[in-house]
Amino acid sequence: MTVAEVMSAGTTPRDLATDWPLELYDLLKAAGIRQVSYVPDAGHSTLIRLFSEDRDVTTNVLTTEEEGIAIATGAWLGGERSVVLMQSSGVGNCINMLSLPVQTRTPMFMLVTMRGEWAEFNPWQVPMGQATEAALRAIGVTVMRAETGEDLVEVVAQAAGMAFEADQQIAVLIGQRLLGKKKW
Amino acid sequence: MTQHQMDRRAAVNKLLAARDGALVVTGLGSPSYDVHAAGDEDSNFYLWGAMGGAALTGLGLAQAQRDTRVMVITGDGEQLMAFGALATIAVAAPKNLDIIVLDNQHFGETGMQPSHTGRGICLARVAAATGFADSAELRSLEEVDALVDRLRMPAAGPRLFVLKIKAENLPRSLPPRDAVFVKNRFRAHLGLAPC
Repeated sequence: MTVAEVMSAGTTPRDLATDWPLELYDLLKAAGIRQVSYVPDAGHSTLIRLFSEDRDVTTNVLTTEEEGIAIATGAWLGGERSVVLMQSSGVGNCINMLSLPVQTRTPMFMLVTMRGEWAEFNPWQVPMGQATEAALRAIGVTVMRAETGEDLVEVVAQAAGMAFEADQQIAVLIGQRLLGKKKW
Repeated sequence: MTQHQMDRRAAVNKLLAARDGALVVTGLGSPSYDVHAAGDEDSNFYLWGAMGGAALTGLGLAQAQRDTRVMVITGDGEQLMAFGALATIAVAAPKNLDIIVLDNQHFGETGMQPSHTGRGICLARVAAATGFADSAELRSLEEVDALVDRLRMPAAGPRLFVLKIKAENLPRSLPPRDAVFVKNRFRAHLGLAPC
């Protein structure tokens, strides 16, 4: 689906159990997001595609997740709002770099797709998945979670407000139960 | 064979004297002190930590302020920690981002342990390999004078210049430690609200 098709699809009600990425795209656009950086995850693929097609948004593919934290801080210094997309395994890579937005009190908005917590077939995903929330809290990031598409849309809408209107560093964890089992 | 190395503060002074409205982001440690020693400015954003974040903070800033030149001034150790960032920046291809690496080939803040750049890694060649529009390694202040003119020319993409400097710890010139103050001062310079 192209950006134009997403925009024109607004008249038909969306099933948030499956269409939450479309709703998130609209929400983040309405929140004024102008820069998006990411290390890809299957759960973020629709958002990445929509933002990559959006000429009003700058997207950066990253070699490691902490790069996105620095880019987002620089974007805010220059007056633009951004979001960083990653999988839970990438949160560990971000910890020291998060001192940058925490110390400068720069709005930070991270969307994290979870692994290692629900119907996980790859045991190597479990350690960081289980440590994600504690690690983020330890460095000073406020953590919120969503377990359904409907819940996620509501959480993201208010979390974006807290990040950009109340200067908070926020990560929204998208539960693996919501994302479904990875197919091989 | 001894190769020429320049005085870091003299080099930074030359670059900043010709900044012409450029926004400046500095990497932690001596590059922050060098830029502060040249004169504290509202349009300077100093890092005191977040090692590996300077060039990428510059990227986000350059993408938000496309009509303004952004100059990142950092050290070899700081840029080595963000080796992959050179790939990210090359792919993003901003035309208003210049990275200056003050390369003393050592981790100067922690006891002058030799870094990778003193053991054969050339960051200018790495930048060229990733696709930076321009890059070079400079060894004299005369070459920095020429670089000032080169930086005034419009860029086709990101540029990276390595300045080979003497390995010495000069008296510290400490920027404000209050990161919120520095951020808000920087944003106010751009006409943005504090927060």
